Amino acid sequence: MSRVARAHPLWLAYILHRLSGLLLALFLPFHFLVLSLALHNAARLDAFLTLAEIPVIKLSETALVFLLAVHMFGGLRLMALEWLPWSGAQKTWAASAAAGAVFLSFLFLMRAI
Amino acid sequence: MSHRETITVTVQRGSAATGQHMQEFQVPAYESQTVLDVVSWIQQNTDPTLTYRFACRVGMCGSCAMMVNGVPRWTCRTHVKKVLKDQRIDIAPLRNLPVLKDLAVDMDPFFDKWVAAEGRHHPSIGRDAPIPAINPEAAARQVASAGIECINCSICYAACDTVANDPDYLGPAALQRAWTVYNDAKDADRGAILDAVSGKGGCHSCHSMGSCTAYCPNGLDPLSAIAGLKRATTRRFFGGGA
Repeated sequence: MSRVARAHPLWLAYILHRLSGLLLALFLPFHFLVLSLALHNAARLDAFLTLAEIPVIKLSETALVFLLAVHMFGGLRLMALEWLPWSGAQKTWAASAAAGAVFLSFLFLMRAI
Repeated sequence: MSHRETITVTVQRGSAATGQHMQEFQVPAYESQTVLDVVSWIQQNTDPTLTYRFACRVGMCGSCAMMVNGVPRWTCRTHVKKVLKDQRIDIAPLRNLPVLKDLAVDMDPFFDKWVAAEGRHHPSIGRDAPIPAINPEAAARQVASAGIECINCSICYAACDTVANDPDYLGPAALQRAWTVYNDAKDADRGAILDAVSGKGGCHSCHSMGSCTAYCPNGLDPLSAIAGLKRATTRRFFGGGA
């Protein structure tokens, strides 16, 4: 009946990893659809790629880079946690994964604009 | 805090069978007061039908755990001052276990899983043999010793979302016990432990959320114990032996 409190760093890292994975999985079919245009309809692909100059699309791409980076770093952290000898600094690793993802997506945004 | 001040305490009453509801109580505030003191005050002064469980009151027996403001805690060693928000506390029975009545839960599923995880001693010698010396500094012994202060309070079990979503999952406490016995030099059947923890609901069901380690009142680390079992079962799968 009562609300359950969960907001500790490793649970947040867990939910961030899950949600980023889910969103990336939802994006994948769209990604493949655009890639297929390169094979079947180059003119449409070029027309579509001009959309990438719109600021809101650039921001969306930045979000995508963040999702990719945070999912990759989070996955590496999990693999290290489960397969390497225990390090004991999991919160630091989780925070580093998020920080690394923010850094990479910010770098992307700076190059894009 | 003077005696005239009161705390508003919301307590979950009833069971799944009879229906559950939240009931509010006004409890006098004291300078030094634990959450268990608050529950006891209600039972002794306002409503003698309030059901809860406790024994030692010093954090050794593991029987008084409850959800306090949505967090599983040992109530006998949780000071009200630490959890009070706007002069209010919300108290509910432990999550992930069937509620018997009010704040008392049925611990059977929790202990059944301890047995299912094979966290029991498998003797390597008879009772008449001399006791072998154990080096407390040995690496495996240090790993085993890290988990032996578990008081079976079920706080990790209540904190775990994997337990909530998978009725077969053995849970952090049972798996940590299995890892402790696995690292005991005196245990003669490590293979049986790996058999018990590598099946459905075993260590590989853990999603490494870390709520067990975050909320363990004794500062134990079931998350790393389960990671150890994952490594041991995988090593055996690839022919590395138990």
